[in-house]
Amino acid sequence: MNDIRDVIIIGSGPAGLTAAIYTARANMAPLVIEGEPSSTSDQPGGQLMLTTDVENFPGFPEGIMGPELMSNFRSQASRFGAEFITAKVTSVDFSERPFTIEVGETSYKSHTVIVSTGAQSLMLGLPNEDRLIGHGLSTCATCDGFFFRDQEIAVVGGGDSAVEEATFLTKFASKVYLVHRRDELRASKIMCQRAFDNPKIEILWNSQVAEIQGEGKLSGVILKDTLTEATRSLAVDGLFIAIGHRPNTDLFKGHLELKENGYLVTEPNSSLTKVPGVFACGDVQDDYYRQAITAAGSGCMAAIDAERWLEEHQS
Amino acid sequence: MAEGITDLDMNSFDETIGSSDTPVLVDFWAEWCGPCKMIAPILEEIAVEQENIKIAKVNVDDSPDLARRYEIMSIPALIVFENGEPAKKLIGAKPKGALLEEIGEFL
Repeated sequence: MNDIRDVIIIGSGPAGLTAAIYTARANMAPLVIEGEPSSTSDQPGGQLMLTTDVENFPGFPEGIMGPELMSNFRSQASRFGAEFITAKVTSVDFSERPFTIEVGETSYKSHTVIVSTGAQSLMLGLPNEDRLIGHGLSTCATCDGFFFRDQEIAVVGGGDSAVEEATFLTKFASKVYLVHRRDELRASKIMCQRAFDNPKIEILWNSQVAEIQGEGKLSGVILKDTLTEATRSLAVDGLFIAIGHRPNTDLFKGHLELKENGYLVTEPNSSLTKVPGVFACGDVQDDYYRQAITAAGSGCMAAIDAERWLEEHQS
Repeated sequence: MAEGITDLDMNSFDETIGSSDTPVLVDFWAEWCGPCKMIAPILEEIAVEQENIKIAKVNVDDSPDLARRYEIMSIPALIVFENGEPAKKLIGAKPKGALLEEIGEFL
């Protein structure tokens, strides 16, 4: 394919797919490079692919399942002519226009690029962690909760996703320990209240996972008290990790400006990056709100910014 | 059910797997699993493209006994059965290229 596209969108969560809907309706024939299937939150459809009920996305009074919501986003973009490639971008070159995006052996050129690669879940970075994924250690509560019926499990983290996972997992597990390194939760009030009211959830305050144990499968964890440094072991059959996210910006190092925490820098109240013609939206540039609806909103902004930029620079 | 993919449950599993003269790739999945839905179209393609391996599916909601028998703790889980015995287990969704590479020895 040698022709130059009007816009290429990298990433396919709420931000990227909203940008696809808007640019498709603006006759920009967007090409969406949507990513590759995986069981982490770095995948087509983004983080909502690993959630169950989404209760705070406006327009769905009874809530909607995360994967279904994202499938709807994608169908809507397709309906207006967005094209999709199910692959990961290998490299980008933003040093000259049109911009170049490499996907494996194939090279694509585009006048504008919208970056919406999102963020993915952090892991603990402890020995045994990778080995025990799928053997008691899980990165996807909605995928794996079912297999822990009547067992005791632990969730690590104190934010919305940790509390939500802990609450969800009580549907299956007999007991859910919520392991949090501080003495208060960061999650929203309504989520915290649900956890406090749930008799199956026990919160282990000021606690950190120091060691993951298990041979063929997970058998337990060693917890360290963050105040006293005292350690103790906790036998659990399952361990779910929800300690936060990091932006998927490795691809853009040296090509776009990053903040110290790795998030992309955009100009205030816009999707403009420091490279004219390259726009960013969604969690990849948002370390503060990080909601599906704000991601979608910023995807719309990026689409409009790209459309106007193209109008001004096409002649 | 897509062309070339067999749905298996507790009643049909042993006979189908035991009597197959080619390896069978069994996809343990569920309706509520997002990554399972992502790999479903990939498996449909492989079922059509690859003649030397059969593809089958087990819904873990309908057949929890089979999930337990093969110690499934995470889905999607793909198990390749050869001569009726599990020969390889893969956990988690993967892109098509990576999946084909992992099951290359059976193709």
